[in-house]
Amino acid sequence: MKKESLVSINDISKEEIIDLLEKAKSFEENPNRRVLEGKVIATLFFEPSTRTRLSFETAVNRLGGRIIGFSDAATSSSSKGESLKDTIMMVSNYVDLIIMRHYLEGAARYASEVSSVPIINAGDGANQHPSQTMLDLYSIYKTQGTLENLNITMVGDLKYGRTVHSLLQAMSHFHPTFHFVAPDELKMPQEYKIFCDEHNIPYYEHREFSEEVINQADILYMTRVQRERFTDLMEYERVKNVYILHNSMLAGSKPNLRVLHPLPRVNEIAYDVDDNPKAYYFQQAKNGLFARQAIICKVLGIDVD
Amino acid sequence: MTNSKKELAVAALENGTVIDRIPSEQLFKVVSMLRLDTITDSITIGNNFGSKKIGKKGIIKVADYFFKDEEINKIALIAPQATINVIRDYKVVEKYSITLHDKLCGIIRCNNPKCISNNEPMETVFHVTRREPLEVTCHYCNRPMESHEIEIL
Repeated sequence: MKKESLVSINDISKEEIIDLLEKAKSFEENPNRRVLEGKVIATLFFEPSTRTRLSFETAVNRLGGRIIGFSDAATSSSSKGESLKDTIMMVSNYVDLIIMRHYLEGAARYASEVSSVPIINAGDGANQHPSQTMLDLYSIYKTQGTLENLNITMVGDLKYGRTVHSLLQAMSHFHPTFHFVAPDELKMPQEYKIFCDEHNIPYYEHREFSEEVINQADILYMTRVQRERFTDLMEYERVKNVYILHNSMLAGSKPNLRVLHPLPRVNEIAYDVDDNPKAYYFQQAKNGLFARQAIICKVLGIDVD
Repeated sequence: MTNSKKELAVAALENGTVIDRIPSEQLFKVVSMLRLDTITDSITIGNNFGSKKIGKKGIIKVADYFFKDEEINKIALIAPQATINVIRDYKVVEKYSITLHDKLCGIIRCNNPKCISNNEPMETVFHVTRREPLEVTCHYCNRPMESHEIEIL
């Protein structure tokens, strides 16, 4: 197998996505395998992200690899003004793989061009976060038994939400129907609607988060509506409670419906939803571990059954 | 003798390059972008000539100078309909329309302040993602830019 960086979900084909899902499934059945024995892996977090870092580091540990790195740029030499290139050149001398998160967009792409070892992008600003997309896909695949012909309803901040944009692009291989539920200020950007048109993917836009929309969904992908995204605070006050999911709203939903959320949630999913078997966001986070184990093995060219 | 009158409007060139059919409003942008003010060879710049194809056009004639590929790529960004005439011994030996390459290296600045290319000592890279109307996309941060947003380095 070839060693290759993973910077964007758009860099990998439908077949590679399916292969990663199969591998994630296999890791879920048996997460402790010492396939990274003798390997050293760097987690370079130029911006703190505890959730993502712990998930990646757990994945490495369960595969028997060792970890070096930093969890905050303030404790790295970049605080002394070292360029990203120099940091990557230096670290790639030491390790077999670099997992990095950076506050600047395009940082992982650039790192993959200067590094002698593969790079996994664990988020670059508002740009890409492919392991999040893989865990979303795995969660959908696992709960629905397929990725084909699903009704995916995305709710909340569809304008700035990086996870919904990547998920939309990744799902484009699998004949989905999309429903976009958002206030005017946070609507799905034009470029993604053009993308849907170009790929013959039907989509419907709604301002109202109604039970009618919920009842036809296979996946309800919730996101956070953040106050700081609004130029008009009156508008925020008006819509902030409109995109909240309560348990009672799921009464007429399909039996196979699952509610996903990239986490952390604030108030967009009421706590009474948590006990509903259709609430899937905590298992979704757990699936991240298996998806990341699959990604690590793929970029290192390690074959697993 | 209208033809010869037209020719008289700008001096004939023995050797050099003529950039023709530059939209009038873009002429001085092309001049400054190519840093023609720093060239010591003789230059003739004409503007607001009539053009059947683009209305009003500008022309630049530079003696004893032949543009490099990357300079022509820069022209293509702001005057995509321009044509290049290479003159040797008073004759046009080569005439071609400008075409923009699919990949542009070190020509455009990304207008995303959070893009890595604005924060590291590195060359910018853009892909032409649409030609009509022009749209380029940053290879690093994936931000698309239309022609009015393009800042040339």
